[in-house]
Amino acid sequence: MEFFHEPKIDWMGIKWYFIALSLALAATGLISMVVKKGLAYGIDFRGGTVVTVKFAKAPNLDAIRSELDRQNLRGATIQRIGIPSEHEVIVGLDLKTTTSSEALDQGKRAIVTALSGLFGQGQAGKVDFNNSSPQTVSEHLLAADPLGLASKGIDAATKTYQDLAEALINYRNNPPRSGLISDFQELSSVQGVNAGVIATLRNDFYLSSFAVKNSEVVGPKVGKDLRQQAVYVTLAGLGAMLVYIWFRFELSYGVAAVVATFHDVIITLGFFSLLNKEITLTVIAALLTLVGYSMNDTIVVFDRIRENVRLNKRENIVDLINRSINQTLSRTILTSGLTFLAVVSLFVFGGEVIHGFSFALVVGVIIGTYSSIFIASPIVVSFQRRLVGSAAATKSKNYPREAVPARR
Amino acid sequence: METKIRTRAISIGVVIVVCILGIIGFPKNFQELKDNLRSRIHLGLDLKGGTHLVLQVHVEDAVNITADETLERLRDELRAKNVPYADVQKADDTQAQPPKHRVVVKGVPQEKSADLQTLASEQFSDWDLSRMPGDVTSWMLSLKTTAAANIRNQALLQSMNTINNRVNQLGVTEPTIAEYGQSGDFELVVQLPGVDDPDRVKDIIQSTALLEFKLVQDGPFSSRETALAAHGGVLPPDTQLLQGQTGQNGETWYVVNRVAAVTGRDLSGAEPSHDSNGRPDVNFTLTRDGAARFGRVTGANVGKFLAIVLDNKVYDAPVINSQINDRGEIAGGAFTEQKVQDLALVLRSGALPASIKPLSEEVVGPSLGADSIRHGVVACIVGFVAIIAFMLVYYRGAGINADLALLMNLIILVAALGYINATLTLPGIAGVILTVGMGVDSNVLIFERIREELRLGKAVGAAVAGGFEHAFVTIIDTHVTTVCSAAILFTFGTGPIQGFAVTLTIGLIANLFTSVFVSRVIFDYVLSRREKGAELSI
Repeated sequence: MEFFHEPKIDWMGIKWYFIALSLALAATGLISMVVKKGLAYGIDFRGGTVVTVKFAKAPNLDAIRSELDRQNLRGATIQRIGIPSEHEVIVGLDLKTTTSSEALDQGKRAIVTALSGLFGQGQAGKVDFNNSSPQTVSEHLLAADPLGLASKGIDAATKTYQDLAEALINYRNNPPRSGLISDFQELSSVQGVNAGVIATLRNDFYLSSFAVKNSEVVGPKVGKDLRQQAVYVTLAGLGAMLVYIWFRFELSYGVAAVVATFHDVIITLGFFSLLNKEITLTVIAALLTLVGYSMNDTIVVFDRIRENVRLNKRENIVDLINRSINQTLSRTILTSGLTFLAVVSLFVFGGEVIHGFSFALVVGVIIGTYSSIFIASPIVVSFQRRLVGSAAATKSKNYPREAVPARR
Repeated sequence: METKIRTRAISIGVVIVVCILGIIGFPKNFQELKDNLRSRIHLGLDLKGGTHLVLQVHVEDAVNITADETLERLRDELRAKNVPYADVQKADDTQAQPPKHRVVVKGVPQEKSADLQTLASEQFSDWDLSRMPGDVTSWMLSLKTTAAANIRNQALLQSMNTINNRVNQLGVTEPTIAEYGQSGDFELVVQLPGVDDPDRVKDIIQSTALLEFKLVQDGPFSSRETALAAHGGVLPPDTQLLQGQTGQNGETWYVVNRVAAVTGRDLSGAEPSHDSNGRPDVNFTLTRDGAARFGRVTGANVGKFLAIVLDNKVYDAPVINSQINDRGEIAGGAFTEQKVQDLALVLRSGALPASIKPLSEEVVGPSLGADSIRHGVVACIVGFVAIIAFMLVYYRGAGINADLALLMNLIILVAALGYINATLTLPGIAGVILTVGMGVDSNVLIFERIREELRLGKAVGAAVAGGFEHAFVTIIDTHVTTVCSAAILFTFGTGPIQGFAVTLTIGLIANLFTSVFVSRVIFDYVLSRREKGAELSI
């Protein structure tokens, strides 16, 4: 099978349309960032509190809000996330309302208290099964010993109950339950569970109708440190790449590749700003991936240009670059297409946690491929023209029309 | 030619076997296979669930304590050496970064200057002695920068040890306690997998647990103001005012000696117990050295009150009925059973040399981790199957080649993560995805090049050789560039960014091996079996 058979497209002839498009995209993104006063950072950079909660049935957000207000947590953001049928909600607090000098997690504790009041139905002395770990469950089982294992020795009993507790919690965590059960009887399908185990659980635990899936509290210092670090490290990475390409090709190629990669990052960030998506640590990981991918793509084209330059020193640089892009086009489209396939499956099936991550990659793969052709290559052309032009001008004076601005 | 292919094929086989053993070991049944897999592949907290804390160790506390002790020691020594002085005081420069610690001695007669200098050089070698400008009788001792740095580093290490002890005594499995951030930040990261009651664990980790027994000079008073008023607004020298329990009669305040008779460092053991009224308390025993000092102080002060001070708060101030030597109890009736257990635990594990404040905390519920793994696995399988299917359709026979190389790449990557004890996190999975992308790319580069060579009319063998040769340059360039930046990410990044760099680097090295070497061997094998003149399936 073959998609492209020796294409002959004049890429450099149509470059200005695409450069204009790039400038428009970059400008739109930058304007959006300016208008919105910077990027929307996630709490890992901004500092603050985020609690992700799953409810047994669709929660009444207004009730949650008024309860949070009662706990003096005004200004909390309450947001549904993911598939509606999973009833998941994120409660966020910014740094000011979240943390006090004594307790960083004050805000988080208040949120959990508020939710317990609304959805807890807890009984004194009992533990919430929906927010318990295998460790807690196995301790309770061991104490009550519903399977009558005491005669087999403490080690054997401990091991059995640990495994059982793990199986119970796994059952609770697996879909469609995803962390919440509403009746202990549901657990009877787990292997090794008998009526005694269910009775022990009923006796020691209760079932709330919410489960805290994730909580994150970030103080001001950590957020600031991380933000700086992400920027420095990315720039240092780009610098290292520039040096390597300079060493292997020429400085102009290195500059072109770095400019193209930088262009990709700026445009991807622009999309984040336009769509009001938050920049989190995982998004930074995605941007680093994008930098690697885009650089890879650019180098493949550059390698072909270098090879063609060696084979045919007299060829016009524009024709040569067009030919190189056309020769690698099949590979470019295939690789990008396949990577795009992988990234899209991540975007569709990857779940809420890596949503921002996969979004950045979906945008990044397209932009990264495009920039190798329409940003990196034209920069090389303009550099090479100067070089070729000035070299020609010094050698012979037969090129009046190619008169090139004099090099210093 | 045949033997060359055979030796190469054997070396590839060895790599595969070593990798698969690295991942699953020698399982006898399915259960063991699962257990081995779980013990070899370490999942990060974001995938497994647990608590992740970043803590700031206020190491300056430890330096302050040293400075305080020096102050006491200097006064004693000056008295012992008959060097008269008017005043010895701390004069720290807290604005400096890092803070400078100084002790100023005033009113030393000029003829005693030599004695002071000898004393300083012999007994206070961590301190520099200099004359205060414009005053021949005043001297300043400043803590040497190296000594202060040493104390800070020791405090950090000791904090790590203490936290480690406490976490281990709590029964947390596989905790991670490590330095975090730049050196000089004095930050720690604590990772506790599977902990679902982080509040209690955090309290235990953070409690300084500085236990001190101090003689009560005066009190109790009902407020800070009345305590000060009783002494004309100024506390007697070498004493301090500490708050006690707040009971039915309101607040209590005590004036106690600044220097403790014995501290938590002198404990040899602490156990939860009950007092004579059946209320929870903590029984402790003292080391021989501590018991000697405790006996001396209690023996000389029968009838006085002794304050039991924990983290600068008076828990109890019982009267000393008789000399107490090597054991005692911390009671007061304010404790719950849980509190007593935790208190005994932190006392056994020793005090933190400096106070600790959390900078960030993340608690990943176990069901979220399970969700992330499930989603991630589904997404990876879908993406991977799509790629494999496409390669087969597009490149037919050579597609098998590419798919084998890709599969082997993943096996090597996972095995290497197991062998070097790396932890797989979400950003790490990002590294895997980029690896797969670049792995596909290498194969596509090679195959497209072979097709090109074939189009130019080259013979099949020459076309394969030419394709590999040309593509190799490109593959090296792309891989080295990416490894370069991964190295930078690993060196200067922390936590998640490092995880990304590690998986990416391993993946790229594995990819060089599979797409260039393994894939070539398969091609050569196919070519050697091929009838002359037959076409290559690509």
